[in-house]
Amino acid sequence: MLEINYYLILSAFLFSIGVIGVLTRRNAIIIFMCIELMLNAINVSLVAFSSYLGDTAGQIFVFRVLTVAAAEAAVGLAIIISLYRNKDTLNIDELNILKW
Amino acid sequence: MVDLFYLIIALPLLGFFINGLFGKRINNEKVSGWISSILVFIPFVIGVGIFFQMLGMPAEERNITVNLFSWIQTGNLSVNFAYLLDPLSVSLLLIVTGIGFLIHVYSIGYMHGDPGFAKFFAFLNLFIFAMLNLILADNFLLVFLGWEGVGLCSYLLIGFWYEQKFTGDAAKKAFVVNRIGDFGFMIAMFLIFANFGTLTISEFVGSIGGFELNNPLLVAISLLFFLGATGKSAQIPLFVWLPDAMAGPTPVSALIHAATMVTAGVYLVARTSLLYALSPFTTEIILIVAILTAVVSATIALKQNDIKKILAYSTVSQLGFMFIALGVFAYHIAVFHLITHAFFKALMFLGSGSVIHGMHEEQDVRKMGGLKNKMKITFVTFFIGALAISGIPPLSGFFSKDEILYNVIAHSQIPFYIIVLLTAGITAFYMWRLMGLTFYGKPRYDEAHLHPHESPPTMTVPLIILAILSAIGGFIGLPHFTGMPNFLKQWLEPVFADATAVFLANNPANVHTITFELVLVALSVVIATTAIIIAFKKFSKQETFEEEKGFGKVLENKYYVDEAYDKAIVQPIYKTSDNFLWKIFDVKIIDGFVNGLANNISKLGFDWRRLQTGVIQDYTTIAVLGIVAFLLYLLLM
Repeated sequence: MLEINYYLILSAFLFSIGVIGVLTRRNAIIIFMCIELMLNAINVSLVAFSSYLGDTAGQIFVFRVLTVAAAEAAVGLAIIISLYRNKDTLNIDELNILKW
Repeated sequence: MVDLFYLIIALPLLGFFINGLFGKRINNEKVSGWISSILVFIPFVIGVGIFFQMLGMPAEERNITVNLFSWIQTGNLSVNFAYLLDPLSVSLLLIVTGIGFLIHVYSIGYMHGDPGFAKFFAFLNLFIFAMLNLILADNFLLVFLGWEGVGLCSYLLIGFWYEQKFTGDAAKKAFVVNRIGDFGFMIAMFLIFANFGTLTISEFVGSIGGFELNNPLLVAISLLFFLGATGKSAQIPLFVWLPDAMAGPTPVSALIHAATMVTAGVYLVARTSLLYALSPFTTEIILIVAILTAVVSATIALKQNDIKKILAYSTVSQLGFMFIALGVFAYHIAVFHLITHAFFKALMFLGSGSVIHGMHEEQDVRKMGGLKNKMKITFVTFFIGALAISGIPPLSGFFSKDEILYNVIAHSQIPFYIIVLLTAGITAFYMWRLMGLTFYGKPRYDEAHLHPHESPPTMTVPLIILAILSAIGGFIGLPHFTGMPNFLKQWLEPVFADATAVFLANNPANVHTITFELVLVALSVVIATTAIIIAFKKFSKQETFEEEKGFGKVLENKYYVDEAYDKAIVQPIYKTSDNFLWKIFDVKIIDGFVNGLANNISKLGFDWRRLQTGVIQDYTTIAVLGIVAFLLYLLLM
């Protein structure tokens, strides 16, 4: 049985990779994938805590997150497709019309 | 009859609403006019009933308060819609409703065909309502309601023919000048409430009885009330609005600017007579102001050519006579002259209206002449009115004017008497100049195109009734030397008893022999007759008119009072408003502050909006940095 710390450090690593990806990448699909990565990092820590505390509530949360992530993927990809149709690009530096 | 009192107040107001709201829908001059007239006539009938009921009571019980409802209840201020019926207010009630009714009937003829017919009658009814509040109220605040109400109606009716600019200007002038007087009235009211804790007239008068003469507080209150009176009753220095008020329809001039509203100041002083009896200082000022007013306006009237302007200055002068009576503590004489003046001046104004009507809106006496055969009824009634104001016995003006003269010599200095006597002579002179130019001599208008005609019965019948009243009205106050009872003096005695007692306690009683009185009477009659004869001889045959020169020109231009006021007061106010209040205070300070605030906020927003780059990752970075900072804070603290 590994110590819970290892799981948490893994989770933190994955989360940080996701954040940095969201902040630095320019392709909308990559950013989207990074968001998914952040969600799954959280899932890892939820499962770890669930096992550590012997409480199944954490696993139930994970299923919720997976469900929401699936729905989000559907909506998000639809937005990305319609963006691409309208703008012919997915580079978010060029998608900056929401400003003064 | 007192049970029906509320109708006296309510019916004219009802008339105002009927004609004001439904006048256009009624769309019938006869119906509108007669509804208005009858709603003034019923209060008159009730007033007569109350008068006879009071006559049947012992003198000291003739003092009834009718409380309709509570108006203001707050803190220690308590004001009711309460009315006081005593000999003074009932006398004025009869005058206002009686003459008011006659003038309403007259207006039906005079205003025939006017597009604002119903509106005119609505305003007239509103005026009667306000005037009744003024004279019947038992507290100063309700008096003030009426005081402002009549001012408003005066404004509305002066500017009734608002299509011409000068009527609007005259209306504004009347309103603004009156505000100065109203200011005095209000301050006096505040002083009374602050010092006596009441606004009820009888309570106030009841609580000043013990004061010594010329108490500073009482002098201040009485002076401020008198300032109000100079505004409403057109005395120097606030008389300038009344002659201009002639821009209104003639029945308005007769009702508001001769018979009723302008006497409100006289009424106010008479109502608080004890206050003035206790303030001989104020009374002295009243006497001087009144004599000045009488002389100045009577001399101006000598050279005016507009028939209504002559009558207007005559009114100012006669109001001066009433204040002269008040200035020599002869309160019932002031009321007496108020009543007789209401008769003969209303008569003459209505007569002049009939002339103007018959001459197709011509008002210049130089373009009249020879009307006596064309307008017989108007001529005869006007003739009676002119004799009455000149003071020819036994017409009404003779009695009241003589009483004033007698009281001036009895209670004041001889020089004052001589001035007042001569002014009475001037009065006769300008009135017969008017008569001579208008009714006698040869026609000076274009006879081929203008055919003067007598007015319809709705106009002539009121003239006849007023002529009868002007002729016999004086008999209610027979002078002492006749040895007959003076009805008016006895009737008003309870109202002025306190004031007379104070006056008699502080002044030696002057006893004059009957011979002395008769000599005075003879003197004034001789002067009046001489003035009439000279004026008549000179003006009944005058054909040509030369331009006035010298002093005549000064008189024709009303001593340049309007010009002087314009230079001294109006222009400076105008210039200050223009150059300072508008261009500096309003534009620079007020607008500058508001616009500056808006500009600065807008500039701030302009700079800060650069934060919104539109790049999502910038926003996210800031959000993440925020979270990191927050976490660091949690870790380190």
